[in-house]
Amino acid sequence: MLKRTAKLLPLILALLAVLPQLVWAAGGGASDLVVVADTRVVKNVILHYFADVYNMNLMLNAVWAVVLTAIYGSFLGFFMDFLMSRTGLDLTKRKIVEH
Amino acid sequence: MEWLYMHMPIAGVNIFWPGMLLIGFSVGVIGGFFGMGGAWMVTPGLNILGFPMAFAIGTDMAHIAGKSMISTVRHAKFGNVDYKLGIVMLAGTMVGIEIGAQIVMYLERIGLVGSVVRWVYVVFLALIAWMVFYDYAKAVSKKKKGVVDGEHGTEGVTWYKTLHKINIPPMMHFKAAGITCSAWLPIMVSMVTGILAGFLGIGGGLLRMPALIYLIGCPTHISVGTDLFEVMISGLYGAFTYALKGRIEMVAVFVMLTGAAVGAQIGTIATKYAKGYGIRIAFGLAVLCCMLSIILKQFKFNALAAVIILGAIALICLWIMKIMFAGAAQELREKKAASPQA
Repeated sequence: MLKRTAKLLPLILALLAVLPQLVWAAGGGASDLVVVADTRVVKNVILHYFADVYNMNLMLNAVWAVVLTAIYGSFLGFFMDFLMSRTGLDLTKRKIVEH
Repeated sequence: MEWLYMHMPIAGVNIFWPGMLLIGFSVGVIGGFFGMGGAWMVTPGLNILGFPMAFAIGTDMAHIAGKSMISTVRHAKFGNVDYKLGIVMLAGTMVGIEIGAQIVMYLERIGLVGSVVRWVYVVFLALIAWMVFYDYAKAVSKKKKGVVDGEHGTEGVTWYKTLHKINIPPMMHFKAAGITCSAWLPIMVSMVTGILAGFLGIGGGLLRMPALIYLIGCPTHISVGTDLFEVMISGLYGAFTYALKGRIEMVAVFVMLTGAAVGAQIGTIATKYAKGYGIRIAFGLAVLCCMLSIILKQFKFNALAAVIILGAIALICLWIMKIMFAGAAQELREKKAASPQA
C-alpha cells in the first residue's frame, strides 16, 4: 500500500501543483483590464495566429504559453549544455566547500 | 534605429529588444547563482522598458519558468538538485501558500492588506539579511579559532543540527543533500515559507533558499539547485494562470529566455568555483537591495528604487561573471598543464 502510494505521489503532487495561489510571484493577481490584440498591424503569419488565439480563446492561449515555454526552456537548456560540454570544462563534478 | 525595436503583438507596444535580452541575461546569471526566480528584478526592468505593469508580471512569470528550467538542467548535471527533497517540500509549499493567501484575503476584508504585506516583507528581508551576515561573522570567528565542525568546512549557524534531532517518523534520507531527518522537518519548513510566500505575494525562492540552508541543513549548492527545481514547477503554473488572464506577451518571453540561456550557464557554472559562503554573502546583499527598494517605493521614491535595483543587478552580475570566467580559465590552465605534452 505504502509503495503504491509512493508511486502515485508524483501524480498527486502534480495535480496539487495546479493550485492557483502558487503563482503569486510578482505580487498580486492581474487586473480586470480587457486587452484586445490589434491583429491589423501584425504581418507575420505565426504572430498573427497567436494574436488571434489570444483574442478568441484564452484557454488555448494559456496551453500554448505553458507548452511553448516548456519546450523552448528545455531546448535551450539541452542546447546550451551541448555547447558548454565543448568548452573543455568539467561540468559533471564540483567540490562543495562552504568556507 | 527602428530595427532595435520589436512590436509586441498583444500589448501593442514597441519595445527595445536588446534591453529585454539584457534583462534575461542578467536575471539568468543571478537566478542561476542564487537559485531564485528573481521576479523582484524582472518586473521593474520590463516596466522601465515600456511594458504595461499588467503584462510585466505575467511575462516575467513565464520567463522565470523557462529560465529555471535551463538552470535546473545545468544544476542537475552537477548533482545540485535533490529531487526527493524538492518534491517533499513542494507539498508543504502548496499547503502553506494556500494558508498565506487566505490570510491576505482576511486582511483585504479588513482593509489592511497593502501596508501590512509590504512592511512584513521588509521585516523578513531584514531578518534574512541579518541571518546571512550573522552566520558569516560566526563562521569567520570559528575559522580563526580553528574550529571545523561541518562536513564541507567551517559553518557559522548550525540550527539545523538541533532540528535534525526531531525523530518523528517517517525518517527520510535525502541523498543529494546528504541529510537524514524526519520528513516533517522539510514539510513544516516549506509550509512556513509557503505561508510567507502566499502572504507576501512572491514566488518564495528568496525565503526558501536560506531556509534550506539554515533550517534543513542543505549545503549551499544543493539549496540553490533544489530551490530552482521548485521555482520551475511553480513558474510553469504561473505561466498558465497569467496566460489565462491574457497577461503574457510570449514574444518578450522568448527574447528574454534567449538571453537567460547564456546568463543561466554563467550563473550556474559560477557556483562550481564559488565557496558556499561567497554565495550566501552575495545573496544577503541582494536581499538588502531588494529591501531598500521596497522601502523607497513605500515612500514613493520610485525612480530611486529602480536605480538601486538595476544598479545592484549590474554589480552582482559582473561579480558572478568574474567568478565564472576566472574559475573556468584556471581550470583550463590546470588541465593543459596536467595533460602530457604532444
